[in-house]
Amino acid sequence: MATTEVERRRGQLAALAIAAVVIIVGVPLWWRTTETYRAWLPVSQINELAKLQLQLSADVEVVFARGTLTPEQQKKVPLTQTQDEEHRVDEDTALRYRYETRYRTATIMEEDALNQPTAAEADLSLHTLSESPCGSLVVYVIPESSSLLRQDVDVYIGQRRTALLRIGSPMRVGRTLEQLLAHMEPRMKQVLQVMSFSNTDITAALSDRVRVSPGNKGSIADSMRAFKSSPGYEITFSLLNPDPKSHRLHWDIEGAVQTYIQPLLTKLAPVANFSIDSQTLYYAVLGVNPRFDSSRSAYTLNADSLAHVINPVEARLGSNAASSNPVLNFLLYVPDAHHSPLYINDRKKQEVPSNAFHSPRWGGIMVYNVNAFYGLDAVFPVDININMAKVMGVFLAQLRLLLGVQSSTPPPGFQVAACGSAGLADWELDRLMWSRSVENVATATTTITSLAQLLDQIGNIVINDNIAQQVSSAVTSLQLAVAELEAGNLGFALQYSKEAILASERAFFDPSLLHLLYFPDDQKFAIYIPLFLPMCVPILLSLLKIVSEARQKRREKQAKKD
Amino acid sequence: MAAYRYGYSAVLFILCGLSVFLVTNGQETILTGDDGAAAVDSPQTVTETAEQTAEQPAVEERQWEVTEVEEASPDEAAADKQDASAPETLVPPSVPRPKDDFQEELVIRPLHSGDIYASFQFRTLWETDFMRGNKVSHYRLFPKSLGQVISKFSVRELHISFTQGYWRTMQWGQPFLPAPPGAELWVWFQDSVTDVDGTWKELTNVLSGIFCASLNFIDSTNTVQPSASFKPLGISNVTDHRFLRYATLPREIVCTENLTPWKKLLPCGTKAGLAVLLKSEKLFHSSFHSQAVHIRPVCEDWQCKTTSWELRQTLSVVFDLHTSGQGKREWSLFKMFSRTLTDACPLASSSKVYIDITDNPEGEQFELIPATPLLSQAVVLGDRRTFSVYDLTQQITFGAVRSLNLLIRWKSTEGDMLRPLLHGERYVAGYGLQTGEIHTLMYNNHPYRSFPVLLLDSVPWYLRLYIHTLTVTSKAKDNKPSYIHYQPSKDRVRPHLLEMLVQLPPNSVTEVTVQFERALLKWTEYTPDPNHGFYVGSSVLSSLVPSIVAMDTNSTQERPLFSSFFPCKEESSYFVRVYTEPLLVNLPTPDFSMPYNVICLTCTVVAVGYGSLYNLLTRSFQIEEPSLGLAKRIANIIRKMRGVPPL
Repeated sequence: MATTEVERRRGQLAALAIAAVVIIVGVPLWWRTTETYRAWLPVSQINELAKLQLQLSADVEVVFARGTLTPEQQKKVPLTQTQDEEHRVDEDTALRYRYETRYRTATIMEEDALNQPTAAEADLSLHTLSESPCGSLVVYVIPESSSLLRQDVDVYIGQRRTALLRIGSPMRVGRTLEQLLAHMEPRMKQVLQVMSFSNTDITAALSDRVRVSPGNKGSIADSMRAFKSSPGYEITFSLLNPDPKSHRLHWDIEGAVQTYIQPLLTKLAPVANFSIDSQTLYYAVLGVNPRFDSSRSAYTLNADSLAHVINPVEARLGSNAASSNPVLNFLLYVPDAHHSPLYINDRKKQEVPSNAFHSPRWGGIMVYNVNAFYGLDAVFPVDININMAKVMGVFLAQLRLLLGVQSSTPPPGFQVAACGSAGLADWELDRLMWSRSVENVATATTTITSLAQLLDQIGNIVINDNIAQQVSSAVTSLQLAVAELEAGNLGFALQYSKEAILASERAFFDPSLLHLLYFPDDQKFAIYIPLFLPMCVPILLSLLKIVSEARQKRREKQAKKD
Repeated sequence: MAAYRYGYSAVLFILCGLSVFLVTNGQETILTGDDGAAAVDSPQTVTETAEQTAEQPAVEERQWEVTEVEEASPDEAAADKQDASAPETLVPPSVPRPKDDFQEELVIRPLHSGDIYASFQFRTLWETDFMRGNKVSHYRLFPKSLGQVISKFSVRELHISFTQGYWRTMQWGQPFLPAPPGAELWVWFQDSVTDVDGTWKELTNVLSGIFCASLNFIDSTNTVQPSASFKPLGISNVTDHRFLRYATLPREIVCTENLTPWKKLLPCGTKAGLAVLLKSEKLFHSSFHSQAVHIRPVCEDWQCKTTSWELRQTLSVVFDLHTSGQGKREWSLFKMFSRTLTDACPLASSSKVYIDITDNPEGEQFELIPATPLLSQAVVLGDRRTFSVYDLTQQITFGAVRSLNLLIRWKSTEGDMLRPLLHGERYVAGYGLQTGEIHTLMYNNHPYRSFPVLLLDSVPWYLRLYIHTLTVTSKAKDNKPSYIHYQPSKDRVRPHLLEMLVQLPPNSVTEVTVQFERALLKWTEYTPDPNHGFYVGSSVLSSLVPSIVAMDTNSTQERPLFSSFFPCKEESSYFVRVYTEPLLVNLPTPDFSMPYNVICLTCTVVAVGYGSLYNLLTRSFQIEEPSLGLAKRIANIIRKMRGVPPL
């Protein structure tokens, strides 16, 4: 009897030991070997970014010229004021605009500059006196008697970052400085809206984060027109010659690009990199047949059919083989001799003077009629030189629109200086940089938060160290960009936001996130069952038996005691 | 008489004055284009751009908007008028010579087998400064996509070919442009490239996108760097083979999706000129189809003062008209391509059709309709051939019907083909799935001259070559190669590369054999249809074959395109490249449901072993009373019934 008891005891101990080995060694080993590698991500910081509190700060300097302030008002300047404006875009996104305004009186040199005969000259000499940093503004307040501005003009916006503002004589406006400032307030606001940033622009730039309520179609079309912010763009000029038998076309695209396009792109260099190329496509025809208008003895293309024009041509344009940046296409179409002249009609059946049209986020096309340059008795093929000044004028206008350089109509009483040879005023560049920085920040935050969400939801995705590094650098750059926006350093903000967008895209589209490691759980268990079932069933059964025996023994002991 | 002369000179004077006027007018045009003032004006006009946003239903895919450019202020309007006064006139007769030039050409050669060999060549020459690393970005005739590839990846020379079918050298003779079955790509990079392998990988990916082909399957396991076989064909001073990459994909199947992007590279597309004939349903209904793109730098003149890029697009096709023509030996352009020619490409400086009539001097073999008075002789592949030439730039070629439909009617089937002097064959010998032997046969059909041949063999790593078994025999004697370059393979990293320079004795067959062992692949390395077998790319034989006639060594002289592809260094020999057949080798192939079976089997084994061990360890042993037998039990029951105590 005793030997059987010993034997049973030994059996129980063996079963317990095996169970212990399986639980202590086997399970952790299996766990370790089938675990996926997941590097640490700054989740809490990403969650902070999900709630975006953007603050844009602009430095404004208001300079009073002689004759605009009374002596007692002059005693109170220099003076600094801060104005805040809050906008809540949606529950996660809030905007705050801060204008730090410094008031001072003009120096003697500035007074001299303001005494120039015309506003443009004053603008130029003020610029040579001091160069204001990117993102800041200087408003010169000039007296009513000043001859710089025309009678009907109150505000002159220069080519750089300066504006001239005319106010009435101090006597009429008010005694104290506060009254004067209150009088200037509405005009100042308009100047700021035109020259630095307006709420509509910034909200439009946030469209990646915030679903804009479907407003009127015009504003949607406006916001859809410009290309998305990207670190680089490819600009392609294509000359379409559907009839090389009749027309031998020559265009000096190299010189035209140097003369007209390059200055603008040099100016835009802080925003993005641009590369330009051009090609000539022969036998490229439009997708629709133009209608013959006998009243004008010309062929016309209606606005409704423009949508179908480009598809057959686009197949031949070719994508850029050497980079993945978005492509801006500009096509110059010379109609063939039998379909000339060709004019584009707008929706009101009116002829479009520029004979050109553009498509949002795609590019532009211009029809260039050449039939007037040769008579009926011309010997084909005729050699034709294309007037690049005319062509590039149209393409430059389209390029500005597509790049999002907004030229919103100024409020009444404003005069905007014609921009110089660069085709872009400094304040226009600033406006673009403000909205591009905000857009980059918005895009990068959505990318990073959605990546974090995805990784959180699918636990099987391997997160390599390089992805974690990209994510952290994106988060750091984002934080820096937001901080620089807050501090008003526009150039740095744009730089950091570009870095953030690059790093976040690289992390999001990393191929290592797409490995074929995602087996459904049921299939995983189907693989494991042949191993687990025969191993676990005896262990479980013997454990159950041990438990029930122990319980029985205790009951017996209890019975004995009783 | 004098009055007449005066009148004549007056007319002349007026003409001169007119031309002077025209020239000055032209200069004005240029001036306004370059004028600084104009440069400032136009952007100013642009600033004042008001842009109309038209309401448009959101259904449309694209929102087209009208671009309006309006004049801003009076002075600018004046400037515009000035622009208009110097209009984009007809250019005076002295147009600067364009920097690029396009030629097209079709050669048709009736083959002795009754087939027809048609070879298209399109050549774009672009005079540009490419060696200094200048970024070129303005394209006219040269296709933009290829130009971007060349400048981005710093390519010096690029040769790519897609071929469906195998060129039968013994029946058809030597082709103008040889190509192996499948896809072949070889590239010389410029010596400024530092990471050649990385650039090569990126380049293959981009090219696979451009040509819709599986070139992205080119990786280090099928790329080699031949040391001698593939020398640059254009001007070059670098022959360091570190900058050369060569790869073939013998499995690649060529079809319309590769032809369409190839046609798109032509300046005239398929709208005019010879390219009208390129209809895919006819081209792929043939015995052999090969299309290629060759880009290389060439000299413009024989002193090589100016250099230019040459892009050659070639397409060769062999039609088997004998079987499709119900036994009648007669063909025409319309029968072959279901099109006729109506014009030349207006951009082409020359557009010609050549028909090889060497074997038919008196018209006793076949009859050519319409006949042409133009004959041309060219030295091609070591032979002087005579061609009938049809110049498509001349209106007279098309005759009254305004279309050219060439027709050949055969009269006799006799005649003998000149046997090609160099020819190669290859096959796999051996049995079973473990070892085998590759045989390569090289034929020298020259009656009395021997010449050297460079043999290049690139064998994938899963055929492990035993290089000590390499034997080269000709005329039953050992033939020692004068140069051997062998690079052993590394598993899953690089293939074997074997290059040899062998002297072929006259009128002989030289046999190269090497034994190999088949490796076992990992189960993910098998192709989707592993039982079909694995392809091994063609061997390449490159040789300078002695020529019967004197070859033309001046490469810049005006010559038909088909005879000017391989540069010729000496008069007495010509360069030939011959590709052998690709090999199809069976590898040991496992059953692909194996992994799950293995899992189940091992689990069962583990479970059985573990179960018995567990039983031994945990079972408690005790002595059991031996149980009674069945008879005893029955006896006991009976005894119980009788009331007797049991046993």
